[in-house]
Amino acid sequence: MTFPRLQARTLAVLVVVLPLLALFVYVGARSGPLAPVKVTVSTVESRSITPAVFGIGTVQARYTYRIGATVPGRIATLNADVGDRVSAGQLLGELDGVDLDERLAALQAGVKSSQANLRKAETSRDFARAQVRRYDALLQIQSTSEEVAALKRQELAVAEAVLVAAKEDTLRLQAEREALQAQRNHLRLLAPAAGLVVARHFDPGTTVLAGQAVVEIIDPASLWVHTRFDQVSAEGLAAGLPAEIVLRSAPGSLLNGRVLRIEPLADEITEELLAKVAFTTLPPALPPVGELAEVTVQLAALPATPVISNAAVRSYKGQRGVWKYQAGGLEFVSLQLGRSDLQGHVQVLQGLAAGDQVVLYSEKVLSAGTRIDITDQLTGQQP
Amino acid sequence: MISLAGRDILHSWGKFIFTGIGLGLLIGVTLTMAGVYRGMVDDGKVLLDNSGADLWVVQQDTLGPYAESSGIPDTLWRSVRIMPGVADAVNVTYLTMQVRQAERDVRAMVVGVHAGGPGIPGWPPYLLAGRQITRGHYEAVADIATGFTLGDEITIRRHRYQVVGLTRRMVSSGGDPMVFIPLKDAQEAQFLKDNDAILRQRRSTAANPQFNRPAVPGLLEAVTASQTHNPSVNAVLVRLLPGVSAHDVAEPIRRWKHLTVYDRPQMEAILIGKLIATSSRQIGMFLVILALVSAAIVAFIIYTLTMDKIREIAVLKLIGTRNRTIAGMILQQAMVLGLIGFVVGKISATFAAPMFPKYVLLLPIDSMLGFLAVMVICVLASVVAIRMALNVDPAEAIGG
Repeated sequence: MTFPRLQARTLAVLVVVLPLLALFVYVGARSGPLAPVKVTVSTVESRSITPAVFGIGTVQARYTYRIGATVPGRIATLNADVGDRVSAGQLLGELDGVDLDERLAALQAGVKSSQANLRKAETSRDFARAQVRRYDALLQIQSTSEEVAALKRQELAVAEAVLVAAKEDTLRLQAEREALQAQRNHLRLLAPAAGLVVARHFDPGTTVLAGQAVVEIIDPASLWVHTRFDQVSAEGLAAGLPAEIVLRSAPGSLLNGRVLRIEPLADEITEELLAKVAFTTLPPALPPVGELAEVTVQLAALPATPVISNAAVRSYKGQRGVWKYQAGGLEFVSLQLGRSDLQGHVQVLQGLAAGDQVVLYSEKVLSAGTRIDITDQLTGQQP
Repeated sequence: MISLAGRDILHSWGKFIFTGIGLGLLIGVTLTMAGVYRGMVDDGKVLLDNSGADLWVVQQDTLGPYAESSGIPDTLWRSVRIMPGVADAVNVTYLTMQVRQAERDVRAMVVGVHAGGPGIPGWPPYLLAGRQITRGHYEAVADIATGFTLGDEITIRRHRYQVVGLTRRMVSSGGDPMVFIPLKDAQEAQFLKDNDAILRQRRSTAANPQFNRPAVPGLLEAVTASQTHNPSVNAVLVRLLPGVSAHDVAEPIRRWKHLTVYDRPQMEAILIGKLIATSSRQIGMFLVILALVSAAIVAFIIYTLTMDKIREIAVLKLIGTRNRTIAGMILQQAMVLGLIGFVVGKISATFAAPMFPKYVLLLPIDSMLGFLAVMVICVLASVVAIRMALNVDPAEAIGG
């Protein structure tokens, strides 16, 4: 047995065994449920926040004109196409009148014939009046009989009655012609206002029902965003507030707008408020009607209060609050929270003062006895 | 008195340490396997913890929302909210799907959380970075295991969401990381197919003469609109007032609202007893086999170690060493081997655990049980070697 040799060997064994043991102790203490939970803390600041309300909506036109026929019929011509700008009163198309034109011509002829009849009746009346005058003179000088004179007067009365009938008949036929003309005009599709043709539902040759829209026209200057805001977070929303509109097709560009009105009727099924947000200036390229838009309404800045990040808000034993960090350890403080902004800042109405330290992020759910290890940040480390 | 075992170990310590480390890796695998099982159970438990609910109200006669699909109207929470003893009732949706981010996609459980801010049931209970959702649409909080970072744009169905917060250990019972988005978006995501599917659906509706009737203008549009609306959620999460028993609140909801209600123990039983039952049995089976293999290997190692020095033992016997001393030497060596194995195993398991794609939970109680098992196995294994050593003929020391 050589002493120095044993010494070296013991040393070698120690070199292997001691780090192994040290590692084992480290592993036992720093991993698993016994390990302290890494957290970050932040200081409660007193500051003002600017709440904002966020909603989504679709671009819609305030005025949409659906132009169609009031009677069923077949479309004869249609001159307007989607994308056309039309002026007020412009003829867009016409429905086929079937036999209306012929009936109009017949009535026109009827009117003329009744006018001829009228003239004939006038002539008869004039002749009968002359006869009466002549026979009255003859009766005065006793050159004719009383009976003949009475006969002439009767003839005059009949002629006058015939004239009245002819006059009324003319009026009737004229009225009928005007009625038919009005019906004929109704088959013409006219633009009620200047606008943009956005839809052409049918083409010439198609038969449409009464009430079916053939062409739709919108007023492009009246585009607005029909926006839906969740009722939970719509506090402070009011007409007149400035809004930022982001169209889905142009996520990078902000358009300015203004809340035009909050609808008096909310959507009770989806639990949302409805509002109309108008563009301050319309974009040069009109957004398509129906496009999705995100609307952010900025509210007025609120007076300074203690403010925390919403990432610090926890629920513990049924209460909402934060873990307050003090030298002694952690303490759960239940809070009364106020308004919040879209950046995640929440007002604390009661429970914390500026300068208090609260746990912001943590690796796990915390409880009163949790050992913690405060670090700067938690990401970048895999669990 | 000098330690025979110690002297012998020192004599061939290199071989001994390497054998111990080899054994340790085997024990490490066994411990990790136990950790995988514990991790599966823990996934189920954190799922329930993170939801923050005391009661789960789901569709009648289903095991929803985690183990089975469940659908209830999204206005139902109002009538649950007014039941006595209820502190909070909120809608929630769960849907496991692929979430796309740039070129890759991640399998994740998308959770739709009811509006109203953090601290209400369903919301992620803690964050690692960023903030909670503040907008009612198009914002997401993701589990860090998804690999997303703050500010990433992710795509769920048709909409793009911005990742505003990161959290950790928010997983489904299958271990998929969670992505939290506002409820209305989630309802839409659950229902909305891709654009092609929507177009096909519109076309098939238009081809149906029941819905497309020329005499009824507007009917087709109305039907199409009603098809693109999803008024259901998967469950209502209920938080109870302090001191209220879960049974007292659950019973009237079951009876009068005709819904199925689960409390925490029932939900745990469903998750652990039904959802992960097969896979946990699979892991358990594997664990048993690994334990048996480890025991056999320990026995072989100690047997061979003893066989290697059978001549020395014969010499010891020849010079009149007592049987107790020889048996003690072998036993002590076996236990030291077990100890080294356990230490190496524990260290390797701890460092290997975070590398697993699913959560591996190493419990101290498992380690202690593992340590006891290793010691018992070593003692039992050394019995065979001791018997052989005691039966050796001292004459072998000189003969051969």
